Amino acid sequence: MAETTFTIDEMPIPFTPGQTILEAAKAAGIYIPHLCYHPELKAHGGCKMCTVLVNGRPQTACTQKAAAGQEVDVDTPELNAMRRTLVQMLFIEGNHFCPGCEKSGACQLQALGYEYEMLTPHFVELYPERKVDASHPDVLIEFNRCVLCELCVRASRDIDHKEVFGIAGRGRDAHLVVNSPTGKLGDSALAVTDRAVQVCPVGAIIVKRVGFAAAPIGERIYDKSPISAEVDVNESSEAR
Amino acid sequence: MSTAGQEKVKVRLATTSLAGCFGCHMSFLDIDERLFELAEIAEFDRSPLTDIKHCGPCDIALIEGGVCNTDNVHVVRELRANAKILVAVGACAINGGLPALRNKLDVNAILTQVYRDPKTGEPCVPNSPELPLPLDMVYPVNEIVRVDYSLPGCPPSGDAIWKFLTDLILGRMPRLDYSLLNYD
Ligand code: SF4
Ligand code: SF4
Ligand code: FES
Repeated sequence: MAETTFTIDEMPIPFTPGQTILEAAKAAGIYIPHLCYHPELKAHGGCKMCTVLVNGRPQTACTQKAAAGQEVDVDTPELNAMRRTLVQMLFIEGNHFCPGCEKSGACQLQALGYEYEMLTPHFVELYPERKVDASHPDVLIEFNRCVLCELCVRASRDIDHKEVFGIAGRGRDAHLVVNSPTGKLGDSALAVTDRAVQVCPVGAIIVKRVGFAAAPIGERIYDKSPISAEVDVNESSEAR
Repeated sequence: MSTAGQEKVKVRLATTSLAGCFGCHMSFLDIDERLFELAEIAEFDRSPLTDIKHCGPCDIALIEGGVCNTDNVHVVRELRANAKILVAVGACAINGGLPALRNKLDVNAILTQVYRDPKTGEPCVPNSPELPLPLDMVYPVNEIVRVDYSLPGCPPSGDAIWKFLTDLILGRMPRLDYSLLNYD
């Protein structure tokens, strides 16, 4: 048995060779938080939300392969405090005014805030200046809410085969860019049916003329159950 | 600690609404009949509910709204100086909220755009000494004074306010159940 199991918080977890720690955990019904991971796309390891301790060393569970005998810590007060700090930093880096956001209640960043009991973003707000791009007839980009997870970049490249999105700049200057002659979404090859439109985990890529009609308050996905209940991929927000 | 007679010492609460919409205070009133229960154990200092203009030493101060003008700065400093525990209540107090949407705009440009003489169309920004000066931005309360606790929501529900407040009054670490923790 030792060859095909590792442990998560001291529980034995089976895996198949090649599976990442995150995939094996999901298959076993154990939640490891993630923001830039999507089951249909190649892992990117950017957001660090899925950081776990593998034999005492921090690793991203979405990229780290499971190996026999590994001892993995997932749900510890220290890791959870770090995850809360990550969410806080993502909040102050953008302009996240949830009461006015169409994604509220179905947003993975917000849901992670709830999961880790973030009561305040805590750090000094950056209030960055970012313009909305509403040039596309059916889709708008609210750059104020983009967390640079690169899911749209990967989905557009690997699923839609269009390469509509990219990340430019480094460090705190990193930002999402649109591949079109004008840099505007309306002049790109994006269609509202693209997978890239649906994978955005936050309220950055928004389908027009939907607004708050998706579900009333109380009926939204994370009103009903926390994001940590989403271990079954087929029932999670990612599958929508 | 004892006062005359048998009367128990009550918890003193102060509340204020700064750059907010008063929604958090309305939500506070949504604790409904529990207000009677609260009145048994607490009394109000400075608050829109009492109309006391300046607060004295108190136990808990609840602040709704962000800090958008010079008067707001004086108010939060007064509450901080007097309250043992200061709580930022609601989205605006916590991250500026919707009023902070103006933070990317120039104050002068906004004022001269909004205030125009109806006859001439020229800018005529109100300039009464009664009016507090707007700040360059709307600030979260914790960027002006130290905040002990934050109670998120837009507004937090009456149930969330009740849970938080009773936890504080009873000396417990305030904690919100999943259903009471919301940013909207
Ligand atoms: S994207 Fe998510 S966290 Fe940001 S404002 Fe919208 S709901 Fe809130
Ligand atoms: S727009 Fe959405 S999917 Fe694309 S990088 Fe930003 S947050 Fe991620
Ligand atoms: S989910 Fe693993 S780094 Fe983002």
